[in-house]
Amino acid sequence: MSEPMGFFTDTTVCIGCKACEVACKEWNQLPAANGGVRLLSGDSYDNTRHLDGIHWRHVKFIEQFSADRRQGRWLMMSDVCKHCVRAGCLEVCPTGAIVRTEFDTVVIQSDACNGCRDCIGACPFGVIDINPVSGTAQKCTLCYDRMKVGLEPACAKACPTKSINFGTIADLKKMAQARLGQLPQTGESRAYLYGADEGMLGGLNSFYLLVDKPEVYGLPPDPRLPSRNLKLSAVWSMLGAVVITLTGLISFRNRGRRDV
Amino acid sequence: MSSTFFTASPHWRWLILAYFFLGGLAGGSYFLATLLDLVGKGRDRRLVHLGYLIAFPLVCVCGLVLTVDLGRPERFWHMLVQSETFRPMLKTYSPMSTGAWALLLFGGCAFLSFVAVLAERGWLGWPLLRQLGPPAFVGRLVTVIGAFLGVYVAGYTGVLLAVTNRPIWADTTLLGLTFLISAASTSAALLILLGSWGGASDASMDALERFDASVLVLEAVVIAALIASLGRIATVWLNGWGLLLALMVLGGIAFPLYVRLRDRGARRAVGPALVLLGGLILRAVIIFSSDRLT
Repeated sequence: MSEPMGFFTDTTVCIGCKACEVACKEWNQLPAANGGVRLLSGDSYDNTRHLDGIHWRHVKFIEQFSADRRQGRWLMMSDVCKHCVRAGCLEVCPTGAIVRTEFDTVVIQSDACNGCRDCIGACPFGVIDINPVSGTAQKCTLCYDRMKVGLEPACAKACPTKSINFGTIADLKKMAQARLGQLPQTGESRAYLYGADEGMLGGLNSFYLLVDKPEVYGLPPDPRLPSRNLKLSAVWSMLGAVVITLTGLISFRNRGRRDV
Repeated sequence: MSSTFFTASPHWRWLILAYFFLGGLAGGSYFLATLLDLVGKGRDRRLVHLGYLIAFPLVCVCGLVLTVDLGRPERFWHMLVQSETFRPMLKTYSPMSTGAWALLLFGGCAFLSFVAVLAERGWLGWPLLRQLGPPAFVGRLVTVIGAFLGVYVAGYTGVLLAVTNRPIWADTTLLGLTFLISAASTSAALLILLGSWGGASDASMDALERFDASVLVLEAVVIAALIASLGRIATVWLNGWGLLLALMVLGGIAFPLYVRLRDRGARRAVGPALVLLGGLILRAVIIFSSDRLT
């Protein structure tokens, strides 16, 4: 197995150019939404709105203004699949279409997926959706095909500000820590890393440097695995089955006076 | 805010609602038929036969709607066989994976019991097929295994919803229990309706009505527990979905119980029909109210 690879996205240097979105679409030959008909969202400069089966990169625009609008800032963040070390999608996939690669990334094999959509609801980040062209669930592959031949993913290659950094997880963590140490000197004291440590789903192989709460970026504050509910749900259900059986036995056996 | 509100909907809608409802009816009917067959008397045969006769067609419809709902229906078999290696595909920790196997095996048992009933009734001219149903040993074995699988099919769908990251579904561990109890009440209601038209004995019908009444009380308790388990998240039901759920409890549980108490002894179709409708609405509320979020 190769060394774990991934992305470190430094949101403080993202300029919202969407080169990553375009590069991703182009390399992965993803179709246009609405057959190419433009629909404006009215939400800042964001007309992509969310990650789905045909948008594997999504630049979020968060406008923060004071009530009198004298002070304000834009937060920009290029979102993507987190390639979780403990991945909810991989856990539930009933066909085995979702696999962990030799780069420790998570890939949906489109030829094995049958479009059951269990992974869509299981992903803690809302990353996956159906690609209407293939009829299968799709998401970022971290450019598995490019990595196989030693190229970096298309989005990281296209990013003009080095907001999207690609490399080994070990190197990326060092880079992130260095950046975290540097930012307070520039007056930014709110910066922290989201998903870099193992506490979050074993670690996200695509982690972020953020300067506000995760919720502000549309990220879950406490992402968890879907299997957390499995045991207790099963126990309650089994208890229900026992109660139903006993109720049935009592109802069907004891026929009272009519049972002659 | 719960982290479940940052996720995307799997677009499980009408076909999945149909499956959850019909799967509950198939599994529940088979289970009740087996239980009646095990502890009941000869006069319960008609109701037992009805249970087995209805389970197999229902499970066929279930398989069909699930296949149609897939993005790639021609790949339905990927749930059971690995498409690359042709080895069996089973993940014990994925409810959809175990559910697919349970549905397949339950379908097999339901088919055998269906054939056995046809043979017992003389509608199939090969007497040997009677061995596929009780009291023959093989038949007994099939029905007992089928009853276990039927309960699994009726309840795993709720567990499947819980083992996601979606709002409401993954915010409680009581959905499996809720669906299971609802499957029992709706199946009993279906058998009461079919039994009253299909000539089941009074004693059988009385027993089934008694069972349904107990289960309806249980269902009301479980729905209350479900709402309590959601805590603050239950406030997402302070809208039309909550109203629908309240109407379901009143019309699909309380009213049928009231009718049964008021008209003790009289057979009325309205109670069981409302229980069936209530079971459908319960699942619709749980599926669609989550689908609409984020």
